[in-house]
Amino acid sequence: MKQKLLRISVVVTSVFFIWVANVSLAADYRPAMLANPCAGCHGTDGASPGSIPSIKGLSSSHLVSVMKAFKSGERKGTVMNRIARGYTDEEIELMAKHFSSAK
Amino acid sequence: MNTVDRRHFLKWLGAASALGAMGLPSLAFPKSGARVIVVGGGFGGVTCAKYLKRFDSSLSVTLVSATNKFTTCPFSNAVIGGMKNMDFITHGYDKLSSVHGVKVVNDTVTTVDSSAKKIKTAGGKSMGYDRLVLSPGIDFKWDAIGGYSEAASQQMPHSWHGGPQTVLLRKQLEAMPNGGLVVIAPPGNPFRCPPGPYERASLIAHYLKNNKPRSKILILDAKDKFSKQPLFQDAWADLYPDLIEWVPGSQGGKLDRVDVKRMTVYAGGDKHKASVVNIIPPQKAASIAFKAGLTNEKGWCPVNQKTFESKIKSGIHVIGDASIAGKMPKSGYAASSQGKVCAAEIVAALRGESVGASSWVNTCYSLVAPEYGISVAAVYRLTDKGIMPVEGAGGVGDREAPMMQRKMEAIYAEGWYKSITSDMFG
Repeated sequence: MKQKLLRISVVVTSVFFIWVANVSLAADYRPAMLANPCAGCHGTDGASPGSIPSIKGLSSSHLVSVMKAFKSGERKGTVMNRIARGYTDEEIELMAKHFSSAK
Repeated sequence: MNTVDRRHFLKWLGAASALGAMGLPSLAFPKSGARVIVVGGGFGGVTCAKYLKRFDSSLSVTLVSATNKFTTCPFSNAVIGGMKNMDFITHGYDKLSSVHGVKVVNDTVTTVDSSAKKIKTAGGKSMGYDRLVLSPGIDFKWDAIGGYSEAASQQMPHSWHGGPQTVLLRKQLEAMPNGGLVVIAPPGNPFRCPPGPYERASLIAHYLKNNKPRSKILILDAKDKFSKQPLFQDAWADLYPDLIEWVPGSQGGKLDRVDVKRMTVYAGGDKHKASVVNIIPPQKAASIAFKAGLTNEKGWCPVNQKTFESKIKSGIHVIGDASIAGKMPKSGYAASSQGKVCAAEIVAALRGESVGASSWVNTCYSLVAPEYGISVAAVYRLTDKGIMPVEGAGGVGDREAPMMQRKMEAIYAEGWYKSITSDMFG
């Protein structure tokens, strides 16, 4: 009986965590809201059909280091220095994850 | 745990995971199946319709567009300058319906009934909605300039909608004599595409320099300053000395009237007889925004800066040039960026969720010559003063930048165009 109760409580807890994980996923519009405007230049989900570099599927760490280098001015771009300064480091990381995992 | 217990537990866990994968997310991601109608087949409307379906494929999304193809204003100056043809700037809605499941209706909305949540079209259709998005663009204040009218735009084109007006101005430039005068008259703020008139002057100058070098361009401006001004003026001094003259509003640039028959423009007490006259009239939100009762005393639509829902009527969102979106310019990129935010806000509202903080971007390239591009950019956030550019970010390009950067920005201008149009129509 004791074991059965324990089992139920484990199951209830796992269901609860899975549910919470999904709720927080649903509520988290933030990475997409940060990344969607980038498509104007870099193409849908970062897949550029023209001369502007594609960023879809690039590794997250690579994207973060490039964006931070644009932001600090260490790397000179055309418009990207001006754009990168508009985001916090945390936001840059969220966007990088979004583009690296884009399907 | 004994074997039986473990097997039971795994079964339970499997069921729980299955719930996690299929059952519960339907609570976490409720499919609304609601009806959204988007009016306007340009940058704002097309992007919003496509992203509504991307965010929630169960939505019934209808795009109502007056034409079955969209001709963009961006790159229409390259057509006017003879660098591109009309096909380059004309796009169809096929993939929007075949790939993304948006129902596209070619018709003109004549009535918006916000209490019954219905629209009526010129073609006699009546359609109900749960949410309505208007991205209708601009109309002209035809009576703002003495002697000018909609009919007069056949002689003195505005060319501020992509399409036949673009072709008309190009043909007039091809027909004008070497040594003729081209007058361009930009309006005061706010208006669609703030750097557009100056890009136009540049690309017409490029054409004249190579084909009719004794000609001149006179910009009679209603304003005393304009977008990307130092970059444009540096480039003009460099590429087109003595070809372009800009007259600010306070120094005789403001139009008094035009005489269409005599192809004459009167400004600041002077009289200019021209071969080609491009009048860009002052603007207001397109007529459907007025008919729907969504405009303020200045002729634009005040909206909630987070959701783009009209401040005047609930359930109707206004995006793009017709809306008042804080400090964002009236540009295609801005409209597209707003379309995505508006789409997310509608999906979230239908599900009882919250989008949280949004951000917008506007990057605007202008061509001064085929291999000479300049830009202005900004990242925007919602603040207590409305949508504002992030301080310390954005701005115009460096005045001292090397020619290589100008060349890259010309290449990127076309790259931007390919990306944004494929984000809309692809």
